[in-house]
Amino acid sequence: MSGIETVGVAGAGGTMGIGIAIVMARAGFATLAFDRSAAALERAIGQATVFLAKSVERGKLTREAADAIGGRITPVTDVAALKDCDLVIEAVFEDLETKKSLFAAIDGLCSPHAILASNTSTLSITEIAAASRRPERVVGLHFCLPAQLMRLVEVSPGLMTSEETFARAWAFMERCGQIPVKTQDKPGFILNALLVPFNNDAIRAVEAGVAQPAAIDRAVKAGLGYKMGPLELVDLVGLDTQLRLCEAFYPITLDPRASAPPLLRRMVAAGLLGRKSGRGFFDYAGETIYGG
Amino acid sequence: MAAETLHYAVVGQSKSRSFPEDDPFLGGAGPTAEADILIILGGGFGAGPTAIPDDAALYRAVLVELGTECLSYHTGADGGPGNLLGFARYRIGELAPSPLVELVRGPGADDGAVATAEALFGAHGFVVAVCSDQAGRIVDRLVRPKYNSALRFLDEGLATQEAMDLTCRLGLGYPEGPIERVRRSGIEDHYRVSLALFEVYGTPAYTPAAGAVMAARRREHGL
Repeated sequence: MSGIETVGVAGAGGTMGIGIAIVMARAGFATLAFDRSAAALERAIGQATVFLAKSVERGKLTREAADAIGGRITPVTDVAALKDCDLVIEAVFEDLETKKSLFAAIDGLCSPHAILASNTSTLSITEIAAASRRPERVVGLHFCLPAQLMRLVEVSPGLMTSEETFARAWAFMERCGQIPVKTQDKPGFILNALLVPFNNDAIRAVEAGVAQPAAIDRAVKAGLGYKMGPLELVDLVGLDTQLRLCEAFYPITLDPRASAPPLLRRMVAAGLLGRKSGRGFFDYAGETIYGG
Repeated sequence: MAAETLHYAVVGQSKSRSFPEDDPFLGGAGPTAEADILIILGGGFGAGPTAIPDDAALYRAVLVELGTECLSYHTGADGGPGNLLGFARYRIGELAPSPLVELVRGPGADDGAVATAEALFGAHGFVVAVCSDQAGRIVDRLVRPKYNSALRFLDEGLATQEAMDLTCRLGLGYPEGPIERVRRSGIEDHYRVSLALFEVYGTPAYTPAAGAVMAARRREHGL
């Protein structure tokens, strides 16, 4: 048993945070969605409402179930509201100092038995945990985007995480209907450690004139059976996000494949951010190819 | 307008990685005298550079099958005549060939020849990706470093094989995880391809992972 009944999501004003809140609420848990920005929180709650309404339209949920899930999510803008949570999952942006400062604040509020989890995709769980006085009760729970649709969660113990904490977090993920996998506390865990350099390699192949972006994606899909090509995936997550991942990842790993390719930097500087800006490696107005 | 029917002839070694003996594509080939396109099977460093036929100019395109080598191995650095292209149907290890044909254009490749080759393969249901003449072409250039990383992560205890493969299937939508793919296709084949790319690029990403090196060494002893 996880012993977890009341949960909080810190950074719920972001896309990932609200997705995690939906997962918890859908599993029947009272979920506090915390963000300091009332505007961001309001926007995120709106996104959750739209998602639940679409789930009803598609026959995935009844209207009653959707209402119940929405009713379990309580938006809060005061961190003190998290004090009674058995588990708080942090999903703020990837900045170690921001995360450490949040962990220190939550640590001072929650009861000693509470587990603090980080949804970091690149940073060290051990380093984040060091900001609290309960490193044995800190664990990594890395959800995939979009969290409300993807069942995989990378569960990572820091150096000081107790076996009991890990087991409780694992059991809780299973209660939420997620599929946990265990990884060591290493940069990028499994998913991003493989994906970020792979995407960079695809960008470098464009730079090196190996092929046009469309040809690269077509080759990867037809040759390997992947659902998406690496460049359409970068366009989807955002070139600015890929750049941020590189900047978080490379200084820790010093892996040349994780360093940001110059083309990526130039495209971000030019405002070519992918789908969100209408153009990245592909043009989403005319579906033509950037550079083609 | 109806698509033009392109006639092709196939010559060269009987053992082709792109088109195994019973491949339906081979059944559609005709005599060289009637061919618009000449396909020369073989590929790899083993048999030495392919002899480009004296009458190559008579064809709209001459397609030389490639293994891990570049087209320039067969043509020299100038890329040969404009209608000469390289190609390889992507295949990992001994698994069945994929629908992908990587079509390689050298520095002086003629656009008409490229379009003709694309039309031929497209008409036979293949997916064509045109690329320049660089080692690993598109797919091996991208995927071999990933396989090497996955094998190294396994050695370093990042996660179990099951966890890594499951993560890639569920989190990235891959049909198969990297470790299961590389093992199912023959890890010694991964060693062979990685080593060929390492010889060209010299970067750690292409250094075969320990698991691949050991498997290849065992194979040398028939194990």
